[in-house]
Amino acid sequence: MKNSKAIFIKQIKDTFKNKTVLIQFIMFPILTILMEKAVNVEELPEHFFVNMFAAMYIGMAPLTAMSAVISEEKEKNTLRALLLSNVKPMEYLLGIGAYVWSACMIGACVFAVVGEYRGKDLISFLVIMAVGILASSLIGAAIGTWSSSQMAATSLSVPAMIVFSFLPMISQFNESVKNVAKYVYSQQISLLISDLTNVGTRISIESLTIILLNTAVAFLCFILAYRKCGLA
Amino acid sequence: MNNIIELRRITHKYREKEVLKDISFQIQSGEIVGLLGPSGAGKTTLVKIMTGQLKPTSGTVIRKGESSDKQGDPANIRMGMMMDELGLYDRLSCYDNLKLFARIHEIPEARIHQVLEQVGLSDAEKRPVAKLSKGMKGRLALARAVLNEPEILFLDEPTSGLDPVTTRLIHQLILQEQKRGATIFLTTHNMWEAETLCQNVALLNEGVIVEYGEPKEICRRYNHQKKLHIRLFDGRVLEMGNDSSAAEVVKDYLEKEMIETIHSTEPNLETVFVELTGRGLEEQE
Repeated sequence: MKNSKAIFIKQIKDTFKNKTVLIQFIMFPILTILMEKAVNVEELPEHFFVNMFAAMYIGMAPLTAMSAVISEEKEKNTLRALLLSNVKPMEYLLGIGAYVWSACMIGACVFAVVGEYRGKDLISFLVIMAVGILASSLIGAAIGTWSSSQMAATSLSVPAMIVFSFLPMISQFNESVKNVAKYVYSQQISLLISDLTNVGTRISIESLTIILLNTAVAFLCFILAYRKCGLA
Repeated sequence: MNNIIELRRITHKYREKEVLKDISFQIQSGEIVGLLGPSGAGKTTLVKIMTGQLKPTSGTVIRKGESSDKQGDPANIRMGMMMDELGLYDRLSCYDNLKLFARIHEIPEARIHQVLEQVGLSDAEKRPVAKLSKGMKGRLALARAVLNEPEILFLDEPTSGLDPVTTRLIHQLILQEQKRGATIFLTTHNMWEAETLCQNVALLNEGVIVEYGEPKEICRRYNHQKKLHIRLFDGRVLEMGNDSSAAEVVKDYLEKEMIETIHSTEPNLETVFVELTGRGLEEQE
């Protein structure tokens, strides 16, 4: 736990100097604030931008941040230095995972404030976001573990990020995409957030099952990547 | 002195190629041991096996009497390591780089300032690593390696590509660490470094230890010529047998104060290495 905490603190310090990762965490929350304040179209559903950007944020920020951090540490041999100092791979992943999750949850809180969620709805929103961030973090961890360099990680994380973050938006305009997208966790999270805004907390078994199944698959992918490539 | 690390019949294969072949030697506590060999000889692989980063295909590593044939961190021994690729966090300051490892090893903050001063980086402690020179980065990596006062310090090419001033400083720090009681294992292809610092050296070629022992003893053993080179003040250079036959001549020149320099033809480690392997230490495989 001490080692995970040390890595967590190091990552926080590094974030303020690492524009590539920092921008992932703040881009959508800032964009949401700006769009919610600036765009005032009556036909748009309430908190349209919160719903849309929150789902995109889940598909993008944790995934890219996690894969970028792990692959950079592998490429620059800083991870090797940590492992040589008796840091266990799981302690490292816990430290990085906790950091990405916490940073993204700060973003989630911004969405919650802008979306004006209160009481039970606020808790539901944060739980939905927390689960989504966890699933994306696992996919990012799998990509980071699989890749030996940042370049390799980017070539995998960009397509994954595009699929997971843009599917909910595209599915609004295309029925065929919608039929496929419903099996993806980011789409289900988008639907849950949308319901939360329109009718309050209502979590369907179907959504919950799909999200949990996606998380399980992401975890499996991570385990496979870890077994095949390891961290060192 | 006790053995801190012992290698018993270590063999390692990488994609069917045997990169280390039946390697056995012991490192005694408190000594500096050098591993010399050209690039691709298997030095880094051997260090990885010794530090538990790599599991050998066969053979045993015994660390402080405890046998280990598994991959993983040796828990029974406090290690420090300066790797060929330094593994520093570029965006963090020198201080923050060390602070991370101080937290991991539960070392008080005062020790960070102490090691930074030791390596001459006190003035640069707030500077990001990306803005340091190569020599400064090397010193910071060494500071990190000695932060936890290791029992054994592994240095992989610690002075490779560094300027003479930084090289000298690193040599001083290595000797300081030995004085503290640390055992030091360094890989190098700089034979002068090995001769200056090491009590014992192992010459590694194509995965095989071709010679092991004290540098001076090895050089003496391969001194086949046994000759003297005498340079006189008048510019003449004389070569004569390093035996009693030269005594009268040398005495005569000494009495006449004619000798400018006198050297024996003892080979250096580079020459020994070439004799044993037919290739130089600076050569690539």
